[in-house]
Amino acid sequence: MSNNNQFTRRSLLKTAGGIALVSGISAPAILRAQTAEVIRIGHLTPRTGFLGPLGEYAAMAADLAVEEINAAGGMMGRKVELLKEDSVNPQTASTKAERMIERDKVACIIGEISSASCLTIAQVASRTKTLYINTGGNSDALRGKDCQRYMFHVESQNSMYVKTVGRSFLRDGLVKGKKWYSLTADYSFGHDLLKVSKRFMEANGGQFVGDDLVPTDAADFSAYLLKIREAKPDLVAINLAGNQTTNFLKQYAEFGLTIPVGGFGFDTALAWAAGKGNFVGTWPVVWHHQLDTPGSKAFVAAFTKKYNKPPENQAWGDYIAIKIVAQTINELKSAESPKIIQHFEKGAKFDLLKTRPGYFRASDHQLMHEMYAVTALPADKIKNQWDIFASSPAVPGPNEDLEVIAATKEENSCTFPS
Amino acid sequence: MSAMLLAQQILNGLLDGVYYLLIALGLSLIFSLGGIVNLAHGAFYAIGAYLTLVLSPWLGFGGSFVAAPVAVAMLGIVIERTLFRRFYRSDPILSLLMTFGLAMVAEQALRMIFGAPPLSYSIPPWLRGQVAIGSFIYSFYRVVLLGIAATCIAGLWLLLQKTSFGRVVRAGVQNPDMVGALGISLQPYMSAVAALGIGLAGFAGVLLAPIYSIHPAMGQEIITPAFVVVVIGGLGSFWGVVAAALLVGLVKGVMVGIGYSAASTAAIYLLMLLVLLFRPRGLFGERITRFE
Repeated sequence: MSNNNQFTRRSLLKTAGGIALVSGISAPAILRAQTAEVIRIGHLTPRTGFLGPLGEYAAMAADLAVEEINAAGGMMGRKVELLKEDSVNPQTASTKAERMIERDKVACIIGEISSASCLTIAQVASRTKTLYINTGGNSDALRGKDCQRYMFHVESQNSMYVKTVGRSFLRDGLVKGKKWYSLTADYSFGHDLLKVSKRFMEANGGQFVGDDLVPTDAADFSAYLLKIREAKPDLVAINLAGNQTTNFLKQYAEFGLTIPVGGFGFDTALAWAAGKGNFVGTWPVVWHHQLDTPGSKAFVAAFTKKYNKPPENQAWGDYIAIKIVAQTINELKSAESPKIIQHFEKGAKFDLLKTRPGYFRASDHQLMHEMYAVTALPADKIKNQWDIFASSPAVPGPNEDLEVIAATKEENSCTFPS
Repeated sequence: MSAMLLAQQILNGLLDGVYYLLIALGLSLIFSLGGIVNLAHGAFYAIGAYLTLVLSPWLGFGGSFVAAPVAVAMLGIVIERTLFRRFYRSDPILSLLMTFGLAMVAEQALRMIFGAPPLSYSIPPWLRGQVAIGSFIYSFYRVVLLGIAATCIAGLWLLLQKTSFGRVVRAGVQNPDMVGALGISLQPYMSAVAALGIGLAGFAGVLLAPIYSIHPAMGQEIITPAFVVVVIGGLGSFWGVVAAALLVGLVKGVMVGIGYSAASTAAIYLLMLLVLLFRPRGLFGERITRFE
């Protein structure tokens, strides 16, 4: 047996040497041989435009995750290489996804913030049978009528955002018999969020006294603020995205309005930009840097050490998505998308740096996990520029099913195209 | 909607339009004298806002209120001497490409230095609060802004109309060769006009930093409406730009006020289309090469 083995090894070496000679040690062949050793992951997220500031955090966190994975031995003993690109807009996003998959042979695509771009990337992913993990697109439609077998969602769906913060509003008596005024970003994310928040209001006995669609390039909210003051609602509900949220909060404080504010679309970077004295209200968030779990503390420490500022929620999404992929590939000893998808659909559990592990729901590929509602601190209780809010305990509570905040089948059903 | 609210929206729209003016006037001024279509104008607005942020801890808002626009104006002189100067009286497409590139370089530089996430900056406590004008309650800061902007406009008009500096600039706009033949070098005037126009953009950045989100691409946000204002008013017309800025603000405010907010941006482009259909050179743009 041992002889036989030696013989095989020797002949293998000879053959390999022969092939190297025959191919003339051509540079492209060597390059190909080397790249076969690394596992590539494609990362797409907007770096420019009104979502660019959030994309920056996504990219920073993706780098950190890959660094940590490589330091711990990579995936299946192979080094991980991250290809990062600015997805710019839905058309460019799909072109870049296609190139990453077909030319660069990435194992999967991770990222995105714009729901519209998520959709075009998912179409490429389905056609090429490549795993795509959405880390920032919130629209329920992506988990409903537009759902795709090859797309999974680390980012929470709009329903989860609305139901999470909705609990705080219910507790504070701001729903039943109350009047809301909403401002909504005029694109797919905003429309979807408005639909979901209206459903929540109708189910709980409140009503909208006004809902304005705001063009995504609007920076001045004075005209809206005058209308809100005239309408005297009980709550101002904000469904804006990107820098608009910051602009709104700064001008809300400027006009001295005191009506309670809340919102369904939120990112901590936008609250930080509004700053002390301007940031008000209660908002839902998928993760924040104050979470008191060992995993989150380690992530915040590593991120802060590398970038000199704490990570915001978008950073968590991309960090965790890459960690999930690495863990799965190492466990399965395979980087093939169909196998990974099967593993996800079977309900594999993942550490999400929160108090309990999460899993992907097989029916719509949504990550089931805890969320939080954060409330702005009064100015005199703020100690630094980052810790400007206090958090609710995890939602759902420890004795509840993780699914209670997600959209039900009746609210949003997904049938995967075969 | 009540008549009172409509009146408020009209007033607010007029005030809103004034902010475009500070950007649009500089844009128009630089175009008139040198024929430079300055796509980087918004970038100087962004630089003004970031400078306020950097200087405030040392100089306070009052100090950076003076220092930041002056610094941006200095930068304007450097840009004029090194870049603009090469493109006077050449095909406008060249200066357009050059300033487009300049805008991208400036935005990326801000991104590299300050990072992409928006930064926080608030109205100083002594400028916070509300004022009541009759039963119309308004932000005190915006009333102050309005006063400052009106002063700037009046000052600029006086400078161009009533001083020898203004006379040379206006003569230079109409016939640069004749000015040269009279033995007056236009070069220092060109630098001064660039400093003035770009400094105004920087000043707008200082004024709007406390109420708008500060991020590297903020210049892009403001440049589009500013161009629309200049086109509606008529390139090179001082009062055309003033009228157009007020009109644009008014249309936006009223659209939001009457419940068509989703179309408020589209309405401005529609307004531009209508104006250009009937007056292809803008509202007051019949004397296209003159700035008066």
